Order: sequence, then structure tokens, then C-alpha cells
Amino acid sequence: MAEVLVLVDQVDGEVKKVTTELLTLARRIGEPAAVWIGEGADDAKAKLAEFGAEKVYVAPAELNDYVVAPKAELLAKLAGEKSAAAILVSATAENKEVAGRTAVKLGSGVLTDVVDVTADLVAEHSIFGGTTITHAKVRAGVPVIAVRPNSIPAEPAQGAAVEEQVSVELSDAAKAAKVVERVKQEKGARPELTEAAIVVSGGRGVGSDDFSVVENLADSLGAAVGASRAAVDSGWYPNQFQVGQTGKTVSPQLYIALGISGAIQHRAGMQTSKTIVAVNKDPEAPIHEISDFSVIGDLHQVAPQLTEEINKRK
Amino acid sequence: MGVQGGRPPAMNIVVLVKQVPDTATERKLNPADNTLDRASSDGVINELDEYAIEEALLLKEKHGGEVTILSAGPDQATDSIRKALSMGADKAIHLNDEALHGSDSLQTAYALAQALRTTEFDVVVLGSESTDARTGVVGAALAEYLGLPQLTLANKVDIDGGTIRIQRQTDDGYDVVEAQLPAVVSVVEKINEPRYPSFKLIMAAKKKPVTKLDAAGAEIDPAKVGLANATTETVDFAAAPPRAAGTVVKDEGTGGVQIADFLASKKFV
Ligand SMILES: Cc1cc2nc3c(=O)[nH]c(=O)nc-3n(C[C@H](O)[C@H](O)[C@H](O)COP(=O)(O)OP(=O)(O)OC[C@H]3O[C@@H](n4cnc5c(N)ncnc54)[C@H](O)[C@@H]3O)c2cc1C
Repeated sequence: MAEVLVLVDQVDGEVKKVTTELLTLARRIGEPAAVWIGEGADDAKAKLAEFGAEKVYVAPAELNDYVVAPKAELLAKLAGEKSAAAILVSATAENKEVAGRTAVKLGSGVLTDVVDVTADLVAEHSIFGGTTITHAKVRAGVPVIAVRPNSIPAEPAQGAAVEEQVSVELSDAAKAAKVVERVKQEKGARPELTEAAIVVSGGRGVGSDDFSVVENLADSLGAAVGASRAAVDSGWYPNQFQVGQTGKTVSPQLYIALGISGAIQHRAGMQTSKTIVAVNKDPEAPIHEISDFSVIGDLHQVAPQLTEEINKRK
Repeated sequence: MGVQGGRPPAMNIVVLVKQVPDTATERKLNPADNTLDRASSDGVINELDEYAIEEALLLKEKHGGEVTILSAGPDQATDSIRKALSMGADKAIHLNDEALHGSDSLQTAYALAQALRTTEFDVVVLGSESTDARTGVVGAALAEYLGLPQLTLANKVDIDGGTIRIQRQTDDGYDVVEAQLPAVVSVVEKINEPRYPSFKLIMAAKKKPVTKLDAAGAEIDPAKVGLANATTETVDFAAAPPRAAGTVVKDEGTGGVQIADFLASKKFV
């Protein structure tokens, strides 16, 4: 069976959930081979094996010192050497770029923001803010496919996770854009936005930079916190929590929108959520059209009552 | 950088501009060939491209030089080109060829790379994604084709001599990235606030030069572009199943409890 390369996403050595989803998908297509960059593969191996990785390719940390291009060189090299059937990455902003460059190198094609892939590599997309579903495939070469987190459930299946070190001779072009500093903003204890099963977002209706009404509800549900662009632009919540067309795309089991009107650019980032709940005082707000359950009312009344009720029922 | 010696360095900045269907109108795919039905909705300049133009104008104001718009698209793209010129860009190149119809994002990046080879530049600026395709790969693919530094997802750009430094937006903050010019820069909307064209600039834009370029002029290999040679193929498409109409209740003091009941019915609590 041909190998399917899966670029691993990790935070401080911890394998992210989306990688376990990608490994699950890869098993439909062929034999999953995880691609790990940097230190820590030994500790992560068990997790990769648990979701079916037969191989773990380990590349040097130096690849992370430059923007995107080294990862594409690595993936293109591995795809060639191992005659891979496909390359799967998560559909984050950075990995989509990796996917694009890799496909150029391989003379193949790239499919981004995919929500499902069949055994014969037909990919499903949800486009135009979730209103249209398309199926597409790459016509030549090794398909490079960027899959959205939370698209399919991860299912364990033991793999051998045989480790193999890979070296890459980076080209000068790959070293042209050097990362000289990394600035991480406070992350806190909440689950990561794109991976969370539940997201609670606040918009302009929150009314101030006191986001506790949103955060308290999120914490009662073990959810991540998101924000509309209006809330981010007002300086009420940090940029990396923006949901929407120019923010993050989320696809949780449950999305709760507090004081968000539901502009098309916001919907583009959350419309594929499985269940949507909205609290908005305006009965005409477009968010109600896509909600499974809407309350027309003041979020400052409704959300604290909901939080209390959830905490009571625990 | 272009000039040395007594004169201040001047920069040639090229901004990539794409005309896209207005997100406010209904967007459709064309059943005949599964490409975007551009006739079914109004064309507007891709929103993020306005931020790219603004950043280019700011760089020009700081460092001197010239801002050139490069747009690949059919005749209608002239609307977006005029809009870009009315924001203050100096001139434009319109890459327009029937052979390009149906090109996917990698093919478009290739075509743009070829077009860029016809002109001199220090920086290419583009929006980090378009509202229609939303693939977010064009900037990266362009850097790959041109063999230039990829400075994408920038929310801040600084140029000092031949060195360019950006803040690259990441999932949990930003990376500071440095390279030597020339470079490819893509911008996110946090970077600036695009200006509105003044009446004077709108009038002036009508007289600004727009150079036509076709595939042959850009030495684009016809076998590498267009629907027939696309690297990907849309097999089929359909309207997403409409979401079942939801329940809407007015809060009469128990709204929170009602949501809790709903969440319990769905096993979330
Ligand atoms: C290029 C571009 C990119 C964009 N990208 C994004 C993006 O990524 N994400 C995004 O979100 N937006 C994006 N937008 C902006 C988008 O168009 C909207 O402006 C934005 O989503 C509005 O945010 P909002 O819903 O919080 O605010 P508003 O539209 O002002 O809505 C606030 C809502 O809160 C309700 N409300 C007020 N007070 C209360 C209360 N006490 N209780 C209950 N309800 C209350 C109001 O009825 C209203 O419906 C983008 C726009 C552009 C041009």
C-alpha cells in the first residue's frame, strides 16, 4: 500500500487533535506516514501510533527557522522518495501555504479547506460560506490536500510508528525568509479555537472589553472563546480569536454566538458548525437564519442565566 | 533597491489585484464547466486587495517610487483596476487572455509570476486570500515560482535599505520575519485602514496608463494555464442541504434556561 504523508501539527511537543483526524483519513487512502519536524518525536510517537501511523519521518528543527519553503522542500522530497499517494496537512493559514508550494514543486495540485476525502482522493469542500458543496480532485501528480480541523472524527487504530530520520539540504531560496523572533500571545487554559468541540463567541453586542460574560459561559462548557471582527477591531478581544473570513475557520459541534449579527464574513468562518445557538436582541439579525436555536434578548441577561443553569446541571 | 548615490532610494511596488464576485450578492458556479459564474453577481475588487494597495501607497509615501497594479482577469477586471488607480496607484498592467479562463490558484500564481517578469520591482504586495476561492495559496506559490522570499500573512511591514521585515500573523501571535528585497508580501486586514479615493483621484485615474498584456507577451506557456490544463478539477457541486429551520424564542426571563434545555436535548450538557 502506498504511503500517505501527514504533516504533524504540534504545540510544544504535543500532537494536535487535527493530526489524529488526518491520520484517520490517511488510513482510508493508504498507509499513514507522519512527518515530524524538530525535537520531541520520541515522546509523540505513541500518540501517532495510536492513530495508525506506520512510519514517523523526523526532520531537523532547522526547517522551522524559515517561512514555509523548507517544509515544502521536505514534503516534496519525501513524496518523491517514498512514492507517496497523497500529502495531507491541516488547513491552517500556514499549512495551506506549505501545501501550495509543495504542489508547485511536485507539479501536482492543491485542494484547500477540504472537509472530507474518499479512498480514491475525491475531496469535499464547503464554499461560499457553506451554501455550496463541491467535490474536486487533483488531476496529476501527488495530490496535496489541506483538511479543516474537526471535519471527521478521529478513530484509533494501532500503527507501528517506525521512526526514520530524514535530512534535507535546504536550497538558498528556502532560507530567504528567516524567522528572527517568535511572539506568542497569552493562550490560557481554554481549548484551542480551531480544535475545540464547542466555541462561544462574542460580538459588538458584548458592549465592552469586559468579555467575562462570554468567557464564563465558555468555561462552563469547556469551550474555546471566539470573537467577531467588530469585537476584535474595538480592541475588546485579541486578534487571534477572530472567527470569520479573515480570521479562523471553526467547525465545532456547537457554536454559540452572543451579540453577533451574522454578517457573511463572520458566517464564512463558522457556518459549518454542527449546531448553532444565537443570542441577539434584534429579531431581524441574519444570525437567526442559520441558528438551530435562537433567543431574542439581551445577552447580558440570557448568557449569565445559561452559565448558571449549566453549572447547576453538572 | 533601484537607485544608489545622491538620490533617495525609490521603490517599485507591484500590487496584485483580483476582481471577485461581490460577497453581498449571490454567488454561483457555472454548471457547464464548474467555474465561477462571473455574470451572476457584481464584480468588486477583492476586499483584502484594498489593504494591499493601501500598504503599497504607504510604502511609496515613505520611500518614494511607484505603485503598479497587476491584475489577471477578463475585460470586466478593468473596473477593479480603475478603483485601484483611483486609490492612488500610478499605473497598471492588465493580463487578459482567453487562455487563462478557468485557471486554478496555482496556475494563476504561475501566470502572475510570468507577468511579473515583464516588469522591474522591489516588492510585490497582495491580499492574503480572495473572498471567492479563499485558498490562500497564491502568495506562497508566487514566491515559489519566482524564487523570492515569502513574507506572507503580514500585519506589519518595515523596509530599511534592502532589508524588509514583517510581522507574520500566526495561530497564537506573530513571527518577525526578515529578508532581502525583492520579496513577495501578502497582507492581512489588520495591517491598515484602506483610504477612500478622492474625487480628484477618481478623475485622475481615468488618465493613468493601463498596459495590456496577453499570455504570449508574458511568455506564459499555454499548456500550463486554463481550465483544460487545471491542476485540479471540480467533479460536481450542489447546494448545501439547507439548515433545518431553527427554533426562535423571545426572552421573557427564561431564555438562558431554554437554551440549557435545548443543549441538554442535544447532550451538550
Ligand atoms: C474584508 C473583510 C473581512 C472581514 N472579516 C471578518 C471576519 O473574519 N470575522 C468577522 O466577524 N467579521 C468580518 N468582517 C466584518 C463583518 O462584515 C461585520 O462587520 C462583523 O462581523 C460584525 O461584527 P458583529 O456581528 O459583532 O457586530 P454587528 O454587526 O454590529 O452586530 C452586533 C449585534 O449584536 C446585537 N446586540 C447588541 N447589543 C446586544 C445585547 N445587549 N444583547 C444581545 N444582542 C445584542 C445587535 O442586535 C447586532 O445584531 C469582515 C469585513 C470585511 C470587509
